Amino acid sequence: MARSVTKQRKIINTAAAWAVSLLIFFPILWTILTSFKTEAQAIADPPVFLAFNWTLENYAVVMERSNYGRFLWNSIIIAGGSTLLGILIAVPAAWSMAFVPSRRTKDILLWMLSTKMLPAVGVLYPIYLLCIKFGVLDSKIALVFILMLINLPIIVWMLYTYFKEIPGEILEAARMDGASLKEEVLYVLTPMAIPGIASTILLNVILAWNEAFWTLNLTAAKAAPLTAFIASYSSPEGLFYAKLSAASTMAIAPILILGWFSQKQLVSGLTFGAVK
Amino acid sequence: MATHHSRSAARFMMAPAVVLLLGWMLVPLTMTLYFSFKKYLPLRGGDLGWVGFDNYVRFVTSSSFWPSVMTTLIIVGGVLLITVFFGVLLAVLLNQPMWGQGVVRILVIAPFFVMPTVSALVWKNMFMDPNYGLFAYLWEFFGAQPVEWLSQASLTSIVIIVSWQWLPFATLILLTAIQSLDSEQLEAAEMDGAPALKRFGFITLPHLGRAITVVILIQTIFLLSIFAEIFVTTGGAFGTKTLTYLIFQRVLESQNIGLGSAGGVYAIILANIVAIFLMRIVGKNLDA
Repeated sequence: MARSVTKQRKIINTAAAWAVSLLIFFPILWTILTSFKTEAQAIADPPVFLAFNWTLENYAVVMERSNYGRFLWNSIIIAGGSTLLGILIAVPAAWSMAFVPSRRTKDILLWMLSTKMLPAVGVLYPIYLLCIKFGVLDSKIALVFILMLINLPIIVWMLYTYFKEIPGEILEAARMDGASLKEEVLYVLTPMAIPGIASTILLNVILAWNEAFWTLNLTAAKAAPLTAFIASYSSPEGLFYAKLSAASTMAIAPILILGWFSQKQLVSGLTFGAVK
Repeated sequence: MATHHSRSAARFMMAPAVVLLLGWMLVPLTMTLYFSFKKYLPLRGGDLGWVGFDNYVRFVTSSSFWPSVMTTLIIVGGVLLITVFFGVLLAVLLNQPMWGQGVVRILVIAPFFVMPTVSALVWKNMFMDPNYGLFAYLWEFFGAQPVEWLSQASLTSIVIIVSWQWLPFATLILLTAIQSLDSEQLEAAEMDGAPALKRFGFITLPHLGRAITVVILIQTIFLLSIFAEIFVTTGGAFGTKTLTYLIFQRVLESQNIGLGSAGGVYAIILANIVAIFLMRIVGKNLDA
C-alpha cells in the first residue's frame, strides 16, 4: 500500500463506511436496545432511542420461563454434538485425502460437495418417516446426526484445505528421523492442524446453531432448539416486543461473538476454497 | 511416497465419511423417488398403489405451481440482484483506507450470524408491523400512510429481509477477492490518468468476475430452499409461497406424500442444475 491518500479522502471514506455499516447493523442494535426497555417503551410513539429507563426485567422473565433453559441446552447439544461428531469423522478422511491423494480424491471431494446441494425439502418426508420408524422424532440424537451429515461436506472441505497447506516435507523429515506413524500424527501433524480444526469447529457450530429447516420440522416439545423457541413468538402483537428482543438477543449473542472471530475462515469455508 | 500400506490405510480412514454421505444421499433419495410414483396419503387410507407419473403431472398442473415458481424466481432473483450490486459497492468502500476498518467489518458481517427465525421475527414485528413497527413511525413522520408490509408488499418485504441476511456474505467474499487484486495495476492506471470509474470498470470489476459467479451460485443454492423466513412471517400467504414452501405444505400440511415427493424431485433437479455450474468452478480450482 504505497498509495498516498489525502487526509480528506480518508475522512470521507471513514464517514461513509461507518454510516453504511451502522445502517446494516441497526436491526441488531435496535433489538438489543429494545430488550432493555419496558414493554410500553418498546412501542412508544415516537420511538425512544437511548433515553429510557434501562431494565433487565425482560431477561429475568425470559429466563424464568422454565423452558428457555431447555431450548438453549438443546441448541448447545445439537450444534456442539453435530460438529464434534462431524470432526471425528472428517479428520481422518480429510487427512488421508490431503496426504495420500489418489486419482479419485478430487472426484470424491466434488461428490461430497454435491450431497450438500440436495435440497432438504426434497427428502423431507423420507427423513421424517425414518425418524418415526427409529423412534427418534423430536429427539436431539436425530438432529445431531442430520446436522452432522448436512455439514460434513463443509467440514471435510475446510479441513482438507487446511491440511493441504501443511508441507509434506515435514512428514518426510519426521520419518527420516525415525518417527513412527503414531508419533508423526501426535507430535508433528496435530500441532500444525489445530488452528485449522479450531476454525472449522467454529464455523460449523455457527451453521448448526442457525439451521432452521430440520430443527423446525423434526422437533416439537422435547428437542426443539432456540430456532423453534423464537419461532413460537410468531405473533407477539406489539405487547411483547421487549421480551421478544430479550429472547432474540440471548439466542444470537453467543453465535454473534463466535462469528466475529471466524469471519476470516468463513470465506474459504463457505466457498469451498473457490475464493481465498 | 505413498506405499501400498498407506493407501489402504487412507481408504480405511475415508470410509466412514464416504459411507455416511452415500447413505445420506441414496436412502432418502430412493424413498422420495419411490413415493413420487405412489398415491400415498398417510391420514386418508395410506398407500393407495402405484400411479405412474400422475403425481408429476398433477404437481405441475396444479394452480399453485406456476405462481410458486414465479415467487421463487422473484425472491432468488431479487435477492441476488440486491446483494451482488450492493455487495460490490460495499466491498469497494470497505477496501478504502479508513479508521476503524476492523469494527466496520464486524458490523457489516453481523447479520449473517443471526438465526433466520430471529431476523424474520425482528423485521416482521419491530420494523414492518403496520401499527408498532419502526417503518410505520417513519412513514407517519413524513405524513404517509403506513404500509402493511407483509400483506400489501409481501414479496418486497421478504426480499428485503433475505437480502439483509445475505448482503454480508456477498460483501465479505467480494472484499476478499478485491484484496487479492494487485494494487500496482491500479496505481499504474491511476498514473496514466484513468479516472476512478474507468479503473473500477476495466480492472476491479473484471477481477471480481469469478467471485461474483461464486457468490451467485452459492447464494442460489441456499436461496432456493429458504424456509424459516417465510414460515415465520407470512406462512406462505399473500403470494409468498415458494416452490420449497409449496412442497412443505403438500407433505406436512396436506399430508399428500406422493404429490410432495414428486415436487421434491423437481426441486432436486432444479438445485442440481445450479450445482453443476458451481462444481465446475470449484473443480477447476482443485487443479491449481
